[in-house]
Amino acid sequence: MKHYPPDAKWHEMADAGIIPQAGNAREYDVSGWRSEHPVRDAECCIQCLFCWVYCPDSSVIIKDEKVVAFDPVHCKGCGICAQVCPKQCITMEPGGEMPQE
Amino acid sequence: MGILQPLEGNMAVAEAMRQINPDVVAAYPITPSTEIVQTFATFVADGKVDTNYVAVESEHSAMSACTAAAAAGGRVMNATSANGLALMWEILYITASLRLPVMLTVVNRALSGNINIHCDHSDTMGARDAGWIQLYAENVQESYDNLIQAVAIGERMDVRLPVMSCLDGFLVSHSYELLEVEDDDAVREWVGPYKPNRPLLDIENPYTVGPLDLYDFYMEHKRSQWEAYPTAMQAVIEEGKRFGDAFGRHYGLMETVELDDADIAIVALGSAAGTAKDVVEQLRDQGVKAGLLKLRCFRPFPGEQIAAALAGRKAVCVMDRAASFGAGTGPLYHEIAAAMYGAGHAVPIQNIIYGLGGRMLRPEEIETVFRDLVQIAESGKVTETCKWLGVRE
Ligand code: SF4
Ligand code: SF4
Repeated sequence: MKHYPPDAKWHEMADAGIIPQAGNAREYDVSGWRSEHPVRDAECCIQCLFCWVYCPDSSVIIKDEKVVAFDPVHCKGCGICAQVCPKQCITMEPGGEMPQE
Repeated sequence: MGILQPLEGNMAVAEAMRQINPDVVAAYPITPSTEIVQTFATFVADGKVDTNYVAVESEHSAMSACTAAAAAGGRVMNATSANGLALMWEILYITASLRLPVMLTVVNRALSGNINIHCDHSDTMGARDAGWIQLYAENVQESYDNLIQAVAIGERMDVRLPVMSCLDGFLVSHSYELLEVEDDDAVREWVGPYKPNRPLLDIENPYTVGPLDLYDFYMEHKRSQWEAYPTAMQAVIEEGKRFGDAFGRHYGLMETVELDDADIAIVALGSAAGTAKDVVEQLRDQGVKAGLLKLRCFRPFPGEQIAAALAGRKAVCVMDRAASFGAGTGPLYHEIAAAMYGAGHAVPIQNIIYGLGGRMLRPEEIETVFRDLVQIAESGKVTETCKWLGVRE
């Protein structure tokens, strides 16, 4: 079984509370945990990648070694990226809604 | 064929560990269990075992390393006492929840304070809800036999639980006794090779162990763990019988002495039961119908079996070598009283707290307990539910 449905009974699951797959955290949508969301000013950004290094949820999306967006499904809105940005290009805006890119 | 050898409890346990030859031992020494890992470390240094011996910096690390090694797919053993067990606390629950059969010998010692290195059961009694199987040994032979059986019980595919094999600090751990040490090959064959259940080192089949588990699934996982304990109790019975068939010493959930027709009976764990046996025999010679229930398997708790064995007695005394502060009685009493009530047996039950911090339990004192039970049997009333024995008043 790839996923246990939300109404799975105790005897229908693997014992010891294991998840029979590895690395499936990416399938978990935590967008509802956010009360603020990061917004990056692309003009100001010097692509130092500090935000990418420090994001605890691997939610800074990189393309061709450049920051392009934040991951709207896994960003928890913690604000660490905004704190570590040396140019202060990231602002935490109120509300959990984030543009899906 | 086994051979008779004079060994201390700790050495006998180390000997059993040598014969079992675990993959990993991660230990931090603490009195009175130090000798076990110290002796075992010499076996490792002398190449007598294939074990990877990890010297860690605390008991918290010891049990963390043991749990991780078991998850990785190894047969894992360890030994500790009292404050060492307390420092393992957080991990104890995790080992059991992850259904990893780690074998831990606990040499029972008082949990501070004040600081004390001698025997009582406050350490393992405190850990009774952690999900580990707990077996208690009366003497050196049982300490050796129990550890060998613990491996077979905990590793059964339908059980997969960690086991604490308990023996009384100094009273058993440092007492020399002539015991039967079985042949290495016979023990290894009886225990069998370790079959890891989904080892984490099987990189072809990765899975997630110990993930965040919230209100939507946690309770189902705990319910599934709950299911393991009746099976584990059955395994204690079956492996005890299988051990007896192979080596001549049969074991079960409990041992009874003169209990069937007894009017009055004592329930005890560990070395106290050995002293009580002699007292029972003396009283029988005097025509007093005294009996003993020595509980071997405290977890899973065989409440129904205990209640059935004690039913029909006129008075019973439960001896606790640990106080449950604030509860008004000792922990063994709670469970036996609940089991008796649940089974509908209205037998008056006295509770005795004795032997804390290594306080000696003398046969004359056990005799006074039986004398009091005669009174209770006559009146049908317990005047003071919990009494302290051997304390200066
Ligand atoms: S707010 Fe936190 S989780 Fe979201 S991108 Fe920034 S550092 Fe990552
Ligand atoms: S830390 Fe700031 S400047 Fe550096 S890449 Fe991120 S947004 Fe750009």
